[in-house]
Amino acid sequence: MSGLIDLTAAAAAERIRAREIAPAELFEAYRARAEANDLNAFTWVADAPPPDDGHTQAPLGGVPVAVKDLFCTEGVPSQAGSKILEGYRPPYTATVVTKLAEAGAPLLGKTNQDEFAMGSSNENSAFGPVLNPWDRSRVPGGSSGGSAAAVAAGLAPWALGTDTGGSIRQPAALCGIVGLKPTYGACSRYGMIAFASSLDQAGPLTRDVTDAALILRHTVGRDRRDSTSLEFPGEIALPSAQDLKGIRLGVPEELTGAEGGIEPGVRDSFEATLALAEQLGASVEPCKLLHAPHALSAYYLIAPAEASANLARYDAVRYGLRVDGDADLITMYSRTREVGFGAEVKRRIMLGTYALSSGYYDAYYGTAQKVRTKIAEDFREAFERFDFIVTPTSPCTAFELGSKIDDPLAMYLNDFLAVPMSLAGITAISIPSGLSEGLPVGFQLAGPAFSESRLLDAAYALEQAIGFDGSSARA
Amino acid sequence: MLDREQVLHVARLARLDLSDGEVERMSVELSKVLDHIEKIRELELEGVPPTSHVIDVVNALRADEPEPSLPRDVILAAAPEPLHDGFGVPSPGAA
Repeated sequence: MSGLIDLTAAAAAERIRAREIAPAELFEAYRARAEANDLNAFTWVADAPPPDDGHTQAPLGGVPVAVKDLFCTEGVPSQAGSKILEGYRPPYTATVVTKLAEAGAPLLGKTNQDEFAMGSSNENSAFGPVLNPWDRSRVPGGSSGGSAAAVAAGLAPWALGTDTGGSIRQPAALCGIVGLKPTYGACSRYGMIAFASSLDQAGPLTRDVTDAALILRHTVGRDRRDSTSLEFPGEIALPSAQDLKGIRLGVPEELTGAEGGIEPGVRDSFEATLALAEQLGASVEPCKLLHAPHALSAYYLIAPAEASANLARYDAVRYGLRVDGDADLITMYSRTREVGFGAEVKRRIMLGTYALSSGYYDAYYGTAQKVRTKIAEDFREAFERFDFIVTPTSPCTAFELGSKIDDPLAMYLNDFLAVPMSLAGITAISIPSGLSEGLPVGFQLAGPAFSESRLLDAAYALEQAIGFDGSSARA
Repeated sequence: MLDREQVLHVARLARLDLSDGEVERMSVELSKVLDHIEKIRELELEGVPPTSHVIDVVNALRADEPEPSLPRDVILAAAPEPLHDGFGVPSPGAA
């Protein structure tokens, strides 16, 4: 059994295709582990493998996938970590989940998350926090914390998450796995329960870079049901680079300087990885992203503003919770939303509503959208001189449960290094670069829009050289 | 910076029936976050166009052709109080 669990998803798919293992056997091995898990990583687990109707020969070989709770899955609870959607079973399935199933990756289970993807610790779930498999007294990161913990602990071969301002990359970093945020528009958002529509993107959380490439290959593409989705230029290539010859890496001083609050252990791992990159043939030079330090402020106006509009749909009428249905309409709305939403979601709805309210719109939301333009321009200019921009993924390693939950600003500062790329709509990947005091550290590479194949290749070369061993988290 | 009256006004706009304790906390927490965010108002942004879409897409249009939608009973299965083949809604009230 343990042999199966130690295979990467790509390796498992290969063994299935070679008929060395049966897909039902692999599914059951993971199903049993997911079901028995004590990390609270899952909110729902399938009770049986799907009928073996030939997906063995499909590209993903029948290797099952765990999916963040906020992806709608027909007839299966899809609650986005919120009490307001408790028990909700949607009548349709998100496009990316359908695409993965068609490519041979059936649904293993739904993973726990911060409510409506708002959070960096997974402590904002109505279904309780997720524990980090490296140290159960610590958070797995968020908001895709259940997906990250499940993959790191070997409860799932691979998983889907979503990234609005770091929600794939940061938990991947804190759990010692790979997480990729695709270019905005690369993957369909149809069937993703919305947080901030101009930022939300689906993407893979996997054990290695090759698995991430494989999931991405089968999820990108234009979807007529999402008008912001785009045809991906070319097929995602499976990574194979052995070196980084000729690759120019830029290190943004504004993010990696004193203002980023980067912990010493994270900085050491980052610098060791830069040295390794140079040994592989890359050049490493400082670069400028002048407006990047303001990204967090712009993000915490834009994302809550969009959230306040998106979450207006929870009105106790069409689906979800209803409280005080015997009162008048406004009372029913206000009581339902008061009872159904958690503290962080209310905080963001309040912030967003304020930023959009009469008299404040230009000063806050309007200014933030101008800053966003400048941030995207800074990246465009940087990419004229550099192939990729690199930073640590998160300024810190996994922190203690409860240590930041009462200080929203301290929690938001976790996203300092991840948010600029989200605002610019570009792609970025986090790979494990080592351990600091026994906890994983993430290394982030960001590339221009639609550079995913090149980005994966560079990440792969680094991954081979780093040789990170995550097996102890699966024990 | 955000006083109690402002918090209550925004909560009314957002249809949140916050408790007294939450109003107090919101006022402190949101003020702290807004103080941090305020810094972007000092940036020189004269003439900078606001972002409307990050990736260069002009129009995304499709043919306007009717298609069958999900059956009514499937949609109503998720409603908290379906009523006469529709969504049950309380009276808007006197307010």
